[in-house]
Amino acid sequence: MDPILNPFSSGTRLRDMIRAIRACKTAAEERAAIRKECAAIRTSINENDPDYRHRNLAKLMFIHMLGYPTHFGQMECLKCIASPGFPEKRIGYLGLMLLLDERQEVLMLVTNSLKQDLNHMNQYIVGLALCALGNICSAEMARDLAPEVERLLQFRDPNIRKKAALCSIRIIKKVPDLAENFVKPATALLKEKHHGVLITAVQLCADLCKVSREALEHIRKKCTEGLVRTLKDLANSSYSPEYDVSGITDPFLHIRLLKLLRLLGEGDADASDSMNDILAQVGTKTESNKVAANAILYECVQTIMSIEGNGGLRVLAIGILGKFLSNRDNNIRYVALNMLMKAVTADPQAVLRYRATILECVKDADASIRKRALELVYVLVNESNVKPLTTELVSYLETCDQDFKGDLTAKICSIVSKFSPEKIWYIDQMIKVLLEAGSFVKDEVWRALIVVISNASELHGYAVRALYKAFQKSNEQEAFTRVAIWCIGEYGDLLINNVGMLDLEDRITVTESDAVDLIEITIQCHALDFTTKAMALVALLKLSSRFPSCSERIREIIVKYKGNFVLELQQRSIEFNSIIARHQNIRSMLVERMPVLDEATFIGRQAGSLPDAGSISAGSSVSLPNGVAKPADSLVDLLDLNSNDAPTPSSSGGDFLQDLLGVDLSPAAQSGANQTSKSGTDALLDLLSVGSVSGPVESPSAQSNSSAMDILSASKSEKASVSPLDDLSSLSLSSRTTSITGAAPMMDLLDGFASTPPKSENNGTVYPSITAFESSSLQLTFNFSKQPGNSQTTNIQATFINLSSDEYTDFIFQAAVPKFLQLQLDPASGSTLPANGNGSITQNFRVTNSQNGKKSLVMRIRITYKINGKEKLEEGQISNFPRDL
Amino acid sequence: MIHFVLLISRQGKVRLTKWYSPYTQKERSKVIRELSGVILTRAPKLCNFVEWRGYKVVYKRYASLYFCMCIDEDDNELEVLEIIHHYVEILDRYFGSVCELDLIFNFHKAYYILDELLIAGELQESSKKTVARLIAAQDSLVETAKEEASSISNIIAQATK
Repeated sequence: MDPILNPFSSGTRLRDMIRAIRACKTAAEERAAIRKECAAIRTSINENDPDYRHRNLAKLMFIHMLGYPTHFGQMECLKCIASPGFPEKRIGYLGLMLLLDERQEVLMLVTNSLKQDLNHMNQYIVGLALCALGNICSAEMARDLAPEVERLLQFRDPNIRKKAALCSIRIIKKVPDLAENFVKPATALLKEKHHGVLITAVQLCADLCKVSREALEHIRKKCTEGLVRTLKDLANSSYSPEYDVSGITDPFLHIRLLKLLRLLGEGDADASDSMNDILAQVGTKTESNKVAANAILYECVQTIMSIEGNGGLRVLAIGILGKFLSNRDNNIRYVALNMLMKAVTADPQAVLRYRATILECVKDADASIRKRALELVYVLVNESNVKPLTTELVSYLETCDQDFKGDLTAKICSIVSKFSPEKIWYIDQMIKVLLEAGSFVKDEVWRALIVVISNASELHGYAVRALYKAFQKSNEQEAFTRVAIWCIGEYGDLLINNVGMLDLEDRITVTESDAVDLIEITIQCHALDFTTKAMALVALLKLSSRFPSCSERIREIIVKYKGNFVLELQQRSIEFNSIIARHQNIRSMLVERMPVLDEATFIGRQAGSLPDAGSISAGSSVSLPNGVAKPADSLVDLLDLNSNDAPTPSSSGGDFLQDLLGVDLSPAAQSGANQTSKSGTDALLDLLSVGSVSGPVESPSAQSNSSAMDILSASKSEKASVSPLDDLSSLSLSSRTTSITGAAPMMDLLDGFASTPPKSENNGTVYPSITAFESSSLQLTFNFSKQPGNSQTTNIQATFINLSSDEYTDFIFQAAVPKFLQLQLDPASGSTLPANGNGSITQNFRVTNSQNGKKSLVMRIRITYKINGKEKLEEGQISNFPRDL
Repeated sequence: MIHFVLLISRQGKVRLTKWYSPYTQKERSKVIRELSGVILTRAPKLCNFVEWRGYKVVYKRYASLYFCMCIDEDDNELEVLEIIHHYVEILDRYFGSVCELDLIFNFHKAYYILDELLIAGELQESSKKTVARLIAAQDSLVETAKEEASSISNIIAQATK
């Protein structure tokens, strides 16, 4: 009968059980066998038979090792430990270390047994207890038993002293406060001759130095010399068979001594000085043909690099690493790369000498070496060598393993964007990377490329032609496809007409239909996801206006998607179709070129909020200083808005929807641009009190958004001349229509309206009014007042002034706020706005700020009106509200 | 410091595990699964170090067994290779040209030897002879205890006859 199936199998021997389990053919069989065995062990445990305790525990350990639950055996360990005999204790402690870990409550029960065993007559039992304590003790046990361990550091037998020393390491790691108790006994052990004790004592001292500053100072002062001498004796010792490892006496002790010396020498010139000689000796005398010797050299180099500088030693160390690097053994090369990484900070020039070898290592067959080498290359790159290094890496990208491509691409992208000397080079490299490994790049990377292209107006033509040429050869990489499609859509005209040719370019002939062909082929490709297809639809719409002759054909392509099962594509298809077919007259305006994407905001967001850098919802948008945001091409933006993954990650409109949806615009999430807008607000507030508008102040704080800024500054120059007057008039108007105004400084200026002290008392604070929005055609002023007794709610009176010479009809003002705000709009005073500032519309509304004091108000606005029956739309974000509203 | 020691067979069977840092049972089996996936698939001539979760795993194959030790990033990888070799030599001396089966059926012995070599994840003894002597002494203690027990049970058996 199979012993496993025997109901009395607690009688089977350990050996038989192992044999039976190994004989199982399938996992199910093994599970069944183990279930039976566990059941038998449980029965045996319940019978509490001490004869089988030893055997049961051994079996449980084996079962545990196979990964089955054995918690029911934990108490058996404690019983074994508590029993008097050595064999039971031995297996009991082994089981304790294997079946339990320091976080189990049961462990506390063993403290008492441990204490007794640490004081046992039999030194082997003391050894068992020390071993168990050293491997699994918890902080509580460490506190309880530290005195025993401390005492055992002076035990008569060296084998107990060494165990006690390692046990002390665990104790001081668990309870660093106890370190001071161990410093004296530990340093006393350093004088021992027994290697086991010496090794453990050196290790204990090293750990003491790590947990306690005082211990470090003490050991540095008292022991440095002794340790140097010990190392010297060891290095010069003659052959001793007991400690010999391939011709070197006790490499383990060597390494530990070097490690401790490193801790002592770091940041202390005197200590470093005293160990120079021996380090030089170890560095030069050690023969480097065996692992043990190389391990010592490696440690020695590490120590030389960490202690206070000595030029000669550093040269020696770098030389050793150079030799390591040319070693054929992969292990040695690996540690060399590892060490060079640390040497870079000390001496980058010396490391750069090995550049060629390191580059070779990037292409090594071994993933560990490649990874190390790539990281090393990454820190070695600087402005002067970025071009050749990147060329190497990019060319390697073509041949490297699939699983390495991810790392490599990420590093190349990072290097290129960090050190790129010129934009054209950046564009070239990124195109190569996207072509080669587009599926490995993160979304930010191709978005960043679009932002860069958009910002390099002189390279628009070059970029679109380069992308087109590459795109003809390969359209397998989706990220590349997106960039190419976006550029062809935006700059299709430059592609056809070869506008802005650079000298290095070959002339290419592309007809309008060629470009459309390419996009048509792309959009029909099934492998592409719908974001790319959506981008392709936008590109087609744009081309329909750029290439009027292809308009009808494009409409036919677009119309195919009107029944697409992706709602997004369906909607785009239908809307674009109607634009092409029925709104010819406004189409060219709709699909004008995108305004330059704001590079600073994009980069700022990438740097500032890495975790959500990939998503559009990062919240910050192109909010221009002064809070006067005016997306130039808002309609175009709106078209792109439809896709959640729109190709315009940082376009001014790109965030509009997000904001409407209530994305939190807390200052923390916003990038530098908004910080400056804050200061801009302050400046504005200051300047307001003298009745002028802060035109000139804004420009320096404006980031690189040139075209949008142009629009803004255009409006500004106008504003400079007209706005003070407007402000005055709007104020007088508004104060006529409502008695609540809080704009004290302005009131002073007006002089006709005395600032009313009782009112400002009522309101607590008086807030200056702001120019919330201003374009060439429209100005919007906000006046604030607080409702008495309700600090969260602000009454706002908006005053609109028409700056153009046409009358606006059907004037509608809409506003949206983030979630922490509540907005209530009252009806406006009218819907017709007379031309040339001859009158105004006012509208009151209330904003309740649930985070009053923590966050200031922000608001998105949208204004629609008609000029001679033609619709106009203006949008913007207002973030220059006075604080504390 | 060594965080754990693993012995894995070429088939991915665990032959010994020793944990010097706290890992729950769940984490332990996850670590073993993950690492055996990485290590067993590495080609023979590659370096013996694998970077893993901010640690390094130094492994070395002896016959059908992989000996793995997980260390901190700034520890000396080459030295750990020597420690592994040191352990293997002691096992070899103890069992007399050790093989995987020895370690399966006498797994507890392998643990006892490891406990004489490492405590708290640090090396305890650089002399193979000392380790062998200490193990032999403890083994003989167990033998004596067993003999005593059997002679007592004989006496009891005779007395109760």
